[in-house]
Amino acid sequence: MGECIRLEYDVDGTNFSSAGNASESVKRTLKQMGVDAASVRRVAIAMYEGEINMVIHAHGGKAVAEIYPDRIEICLQDSGPGIADIDLAMKAGYSTATENIRSLGFGAGMGLPNMKKYSDEMRIESTVGVGTTVFLRINF
Amino acid sequence: MTIKEVVKLLDAEILCGEDRLDTEIHTACGSDMMSDVLAYVKDQSVLLTGLLNPQVVRTAEMMDMLCIVFVRGKRPEQPVIDLAREKGIVLLSTEKRLFVACGILYTNGLGG
Repeated sequence: MGECIRLEYDVDGTNFSSAGNASESVKRTLKQMGVDAASVRRVAIAMYEGEINMVIHAHGGKAVAEIYPDRIEICLQDSGPGIADIDLAMKAGYSTATENIRSLGFGAGMGLPNMKKYSDEMRIESTVGVGTTVFLRINF
Repeated sequence: MTIKEVVKLLDAEILCGEDRLDTEIHTACGSDMMSDVLAYVKDQSVLLTGLLNPQVVRTAEMMDMLCIVFVRGKRPEQPVIDLAREKGIVLLSTEKRLFVACGILYTNGLGG
């Protein structure tokens, strides 16, 4: 497994302005560690999309990033409304975001497909009324 | 072209990043939908948008973009400008509309 750096964040679901803080911190850490720029960008975008989702759909949650020499594993956990149909949610363009969210520039239905596109492995576990956990692995 | 040339071509006001105007840029994208910007990442270094919230700066930052141009004469609030300054992103504001601003930059050699 190799040595691992573990970073934990509380994602504030009440503050749209601060969404992205966790992703920014992870991005900065990876850069400092000398991870190649293309991998850093894939991690940043995938995690940022996840973080935005947690804020706009699920009142925030917890983000944990584990950095290994050859990869990063990210776990995004929320206690939001859950996703009823994950296959449908994965479809590009499908979104349940409100008009208000769209006016902020998000909710185009690209978040989850984007996260899948930029990661090497993505798993979603969700129970309606309980919450959603998204696991991402990105190899460097 | 350099960011300085973008300023000139769009008759833009510099909101922050005056010390980075000599930075070379090659590509740009224009959108009010940050989700789409994040979806179609290539190596764009300039984002033209009419959206003003802090997540525009965040989006640019995640994508390693160097400059944001606010169109239609829009100007973000001070905290957004401060965030961009902190992240080393140049902010410009132009009176031109999105389509026109993109067209001017494209015809002057900036790629998509």
